[in-house]
Amino acid sequence: MEVLLFLIPVALGLGALGLVGFLWSLKSGQYDDLEGARWRILDDDDVARPDGEASR
Amino acid sequence: MTVHMRDWDAFVTPAADGAVHMDLAVEGITCAACMGEIERGLTQLPGVLRARVNLTSHRLAVEWDAAQTPADLIVETLDRMGYRAHPFDPAAQRAREDRTGRELMRAIGVAGFASMNIMLMSVSVWSGNVTDITDETRDLFHWVSAMIALPAVAYAIRPFLRSAIAAIRGRRMNMDVPICIGVSLAVGLSVIQTLQSQHHAYFESATMLLFFLLVGRYLDHNMRGRTRSLAENLAALKAEVAARIAPDGSVREVPLSRIEPGDRVLVTAGERIPVDGVIDQGSSEIDQSLITGETALVAAGPGTRVYAGTLNAGGVLEVRVSTASGATLLDEVNRLLEAAGQAKSRYVVLADRAAAMYSPVVHAAALLTFLGWTLAGLGWQPSLIIGISVLIITCPCALGLAIPAVQVVASGLMFRAGVLIHSGDAIERLAAADTIVFDKTGTLTLARPELLEPYAAGDADLALAGRLALSSRHPLALALARATDATHPLPGVIETTGAGVEALHEGQLVRLGSPAFCGAPEHRVADVLSRHGDASLLALRIGEGPARLIPMRQSLRPDAGPVIRDLAARGYRIEILSGDRPGAVEAAAAALGIRDWRAGMTPADKIARLDALKAEGANVLMVGDGLNDAPALAGAQVSMSPVTAVHLSQAAADAVFMGDALAPVADALKIARRARAAMMQNLWISVVYNLIAVPIAVAGFVTPLVAAAAMSGSSLIVTANALRLRMGSGKPHEPR
Repeated sequence: MEVLLFLIPVALGLGALGLVGFLWSLKSGQYDDLEGARWRILDDDDVARPDGEASR
Repeated sequence: MTVHMRDWDAFVTPAADGAVHMDLAVEGITCAACMGEIERGLTQLPGVLRARVNLTSHRLAVEWDAAQTPADLIVETLDRMGYRAHPFDPAAQRAREDRTGRELMRAIGVAGFASMNIMLMSVSVWSGNVTDITDETRDLFHWVSAMIALPAVAYAIRPFLRSAIAAIRGRRMNMDVPICIGVSLAVGLSVIQTLQSQHHAYFESATMLLFFLLVGRYLDHNMRGRTRSLAENLAALKAEVAARIAPDGSVREVPLSRIEPGDRVLVTAGERIPVDGVIDQGSSEIDQSLITGETALVAAGPGTRVYAGTLNAGGVLEVRVSTASGATLLDEVNRLLEAAGQAKSRYVVLADRAAAMYSPVVHAAALLTFLGWTLAGLGWQPSLIIGISVLIITCPCALGLAIPAVQVVASGLMFRAGVLIHSGDAIERLAAADTIVFDKTGTLTLARPELLEPYAAGDADLALAGRLALSSRHPLALALARATDATHPLPGVIETTGAGVEALHEGQLVRLGSPAFCGAPEHRVADVLSRHGDASLLALRIGEGPARLIPMRQSLRPDAGPVIRDLAARGYRIEILSGDRPGAVEAAAAALGIRDWRAGMTPADKIARLDALKAEGANVLMVGDGLNDAPALAGAQVSMSPVTAVHLSQAAADAVFMGDALAPVADALKIARRARAAMMQNLWISVVYNLIAVPIAVAGFVTPLVAAAAMSGSSLIVTANALRLRMGSGKPHEPR
């Protein structure tokens, strides 16, 4: 059972990582516009076009 | 007014790195493509550092280097792309960040983290208790749980604790008091159990409870926030700005918050007067219908007092801004508003009424359980544990969600029906209404006038009048031009302020304006007015021929008739209280089949009538838009105003409805009644749940596993019941 002494901190650490991630995303304003966020992912303006032309 | 005249410095706030920040409400954002287009278009401008559209609130935040790009270039660029943008007045806009929402989100995150990790421990303990867990391992798990739960609860309970303390200070009872007692006792008892190496602890119940309740609280907060941000957008779209005349004679548009008493403000024809003041120069006719409900235009010249919200129909005015002198209509309205607003705060929301009944019963039950087991000889400590477990299992988890969940679903339905609700408890008060009092002007009728006799396509004279009307900003002229579909203005039109317009057409002098301006005989004017008491008259004279009278009036909202009949059929008592002339009110009442109407009412008269109705035991819904309605809107049990209403009235009303139709009022009442039914069902579900759970707890059988299952089960049931509202009968109309 000594393995628990090792596993519990690991489990808690992973959980805390998730919490820190959530608080960071909240602080950086990622929940301010839930409506827009689901569309922004489809927008690939930030990707350079391979042929260097402005439009398809 | 063109954007060049605007004083942009008043609208921007400083941002990081010497840049400036501006928030704009943007009209015409419909989809994600607009979002990308606006952001791309703006970031191509030199000096623009950041442009971000918020698709939820239809707002745009821009940050740019003021040295490289002027602000009007940004608005012009948007305009070219087809979006009308209106800057927010930084003083009027609430804080850019939603602090309460973020605090609740952080608390949700912390409570969620804690409850999940503690559950990890608890499940191990539960399964270990029935197999072969050693005492040392269980103690270790309980101690780790305590180390997580104590700081997490201390952090996440704060929103409830603040509200509970405020309630106790005010000698009231609300749901947060039993929540705080229940959670604190659950944690406290668990720590003692852990110290004594007992088999059970309730840490997971306490944190899970907080998690569910915080979700309910956040939903509630989000609903209000959404309404508030849209209401702020509407205020910005209505351009709450004024054209201030600087001492050097130049004119700049500034936000209303920058206007001070003694400033001079320019008001062009066809514009709403933005401030209260006295006319310094110029003469015109004023449409005061938003203020008094009176539809007839009033002549105004130097020295006349004018009020914010009235429409300048004729000439250009220079208005000197005045402070409240204590004797004007606005002052009276403000006085009445203060007195009337207190009536509403006396209403106790359903959740708090439930809490007031619930807490004494539950706390008494817990005390009796403790005393009962002690008398039965169990010893004080085990008896106390059983007593506290009664409190834990009855802790109002379902009760805390029962009402917010319904409010969120109902306000979403109302939003789709074109109604913005200012507060959650307005839904309860709407459901209780049995009497509806309407204002006439702007509420039952639309704000713009229409031709009394419909325009016939072959009517050449009227078509000519329409073309002449194109050159005037007078509201009646605008309406005539719209009614006749005129597109080609006549050349060489001369306008006489407060009288009418004239022009030479095919060698003949054509005049359009007041009956006197066109030389119409008075007996004919009196004759038309006696037949149509609510009409406003325009006159047309071609050459030396006889003057032709064109009666116009504000038409009823397109669906007013069916909606009023439907409301009456559903048992609502309907009345009209108007500040307009008796003839006009009678005509509208007759057209709608409303028997009870009163005309010429002052704001105080309206309040008196509402008080009389209340004394008869009626629950009044007041629907109105004018400044003269504002006290009545605040004084009625519940109130609604159209989106065209003056700012003060919108602020006083519980809900705002959009569009030209009156149907949202009826829809809101329907949704509110169904929502109230769902709230009552949810409260009964909680009662039934307690009837089952409390005997188990009193008998001493509540293990943490039972508590956790019971709590989440009841929360899910009430949430599901609230969502059922969405599927219910009759989908509301789409807005517009």
